[in-house]
Amino acid sequence: MTKLLSRNRHLVQRLGFTFITLVAVATVIPIVGVIIFIIYQGGSAISLEFLTGFPYDGMRSGGILPAIVGTLYLTIGTAIFSVPLGIAAAIYLSEYAKDNQTTRLIRLAIINLAGIPSVVYGLFGLGLFVLFLQFGTSILAASLTLSIMTLPVIISTAEESLRSVPQSFRTVSISLGATRWQTIRRIVLKEALPGILTGVILGLERAAGETAPILFTGAAFFLPRLPGSPFDATMALPYHLFVISTQVPEMPIQIQYGTALVLLVFVLTMNVIATIIRSRARAKRQW
Amino acid sequence: MTNKILIENLSLQYSDGAESLRDVSMEIRPNAVTVLFGPAGGGKSTLLRCLNRLNDLTDIKTSSGRILIDGENILDPKTDVIALRRKVGMVFARPVPLPMSIRENITYGLELAGENRRSVLDEAVERSLKLAAVWDEVKDRLNDPAIALSGGQQQRVCLARVLALQPEIILLDEPTSGLDPISTGKVEMALQELKKNYTVILVPHSVQQAARTADYAAFFLQGELIEYDDGKKMFTTPKEKKTEDYVMGRFG
Repeated sequence: MTKLLSRNRHLVQRLGFTFITLVAVATVIPIVGVIIFIIYQGGSAISLEFLTGFPYDGMRSGGILPAIVGTLYLTIGTAIFSVPLGIAAAIYLSEYAKDNQTTRLIRLAIINLAGIPSVVYGLFGLGLFVLFLQFGTSILAASLTLSIMTLPVIISTAEESLRSVPQSFRTVSISLGATRWQTIRRIVLKEALPGILTGVILGLERAAGETAPILFTGAAFFLPRLPGSPFDATMALPYHLFVISTQVPEMPIQIQYGTALVLLVFVLTMNVIATIIRSRARAKRQW
Repeated sequence: MTNKILIENLSLQYSDGAESLRDVSMEIRPNAVTVLFGPAGGGKSTLLRCLNRLNDLTDIKTSSGRILIDGENILDPKTDVIALRRKVGMVFARPVPLPMSIRENITYGLELAGENRRSVLDEAVERSLKLAAVWDEVKDRLNDPAIALSGGQQQRVCLARVLALQPEIILLDEPTSGLDPISTGKVEMALQELKKNYTVILVPHSVQQAARTADYAAFFLQGELIEYDDGKKMFTTPKEKKTEDYVMGRFG
């Protein structure tokens, strides 16, 4: 009787593990599927002219250079505002803030900021940066809007990696006559940097792929030349993809998928860089 | 003999109600090993952490009294705590090598103090590692990460890191609690050498270690200083019943 029960239990366990494994494999299928599908459909569009040329014939021919450059500008612009601000906020929250009402309120705000739909950020950016501060529809306004959207991601990942640095390092450093700031700069930041960078890249990657926040704040339908200053509007890959998929009749399908492929490669490259930084740091870590 | 440290009516209570100190007064003499011993939660570590103001990092509810080092009250808010911590070095229970090379661990404090002459730093590395009795074991791999050393070597490197700053007082909070007997012996030997030039205050990890190392010994029980005497007398003919019971192992 007991023997039978235990055999049964083994069987149930085996079935359970098999099921979990299948689920794990199943989650990978759509991701791989999307990548293969886009490469299959868009691979033929990729050429030197596609990557370095301007679109013409109502965007039905030519390249997508202005969109690539625009997305690059927007990503850099977003980094300029969100990275220093995000890291500073994370340092404050992790190293200086006392656990009181104000701190809890700040944390609550950050969590909620992360949950706001991106189109709402777009409207907010339109109201504040484009209209009120009169930056116009521009790279500057779009970057600032994307920055606000990216900040929560950067702050929370940076805070987490700062907190994971052992407390004993701080105590020892202070006991050797270091100030708080010296301790942060020489020990804590140095050890937390890989984790912070990973968060920064993941945040920027999301910004690079967003359409809604730049829709009203900086994206242009078509521009005959590259933007010359931060106050110019710009084309961008996600918005361009949206435009050629919905606004242009008789659009050749491989150009749409070619654009999607370029955006995908852009984002995946950032992802791979983040992964490399993380695994390298983990191998080198001394605690 | 003159005292190096004079503690007057020191009381302290943590916000979370943990360990505390109650009206502790004692003198600590230079060029000797003073041992603070007693069961856990007696206030020994708290007292150590008052001496270099490391308790500033902790939530403290109330504190009163004075601690005079060379006649100056270091609990005064105007005290330069950075200078104090260079003068009063501390070795912790668990060796905590900073995530850098052995050499950088030793030079860390000096570089913070603005010293960047290579010759001075090199000299400090060799001198302090020799004083901590670990030079021969690490001299050929000063640029290796300090974490790669054995626990006993790490702890002596941590001691050397303190010595590099040329402090006057060295606080050791159960520095051998995680070490094997041979490493423990090396640390204790280093202490006997160190007391010639420094004021050493040790929280030992056992009564036996207290008896082996103490020139002077103070027995703490639940935040109170029960007895304070010459080390030899303390462990052979204690005056207080509580001390005797603890030393004899009747409680603990």
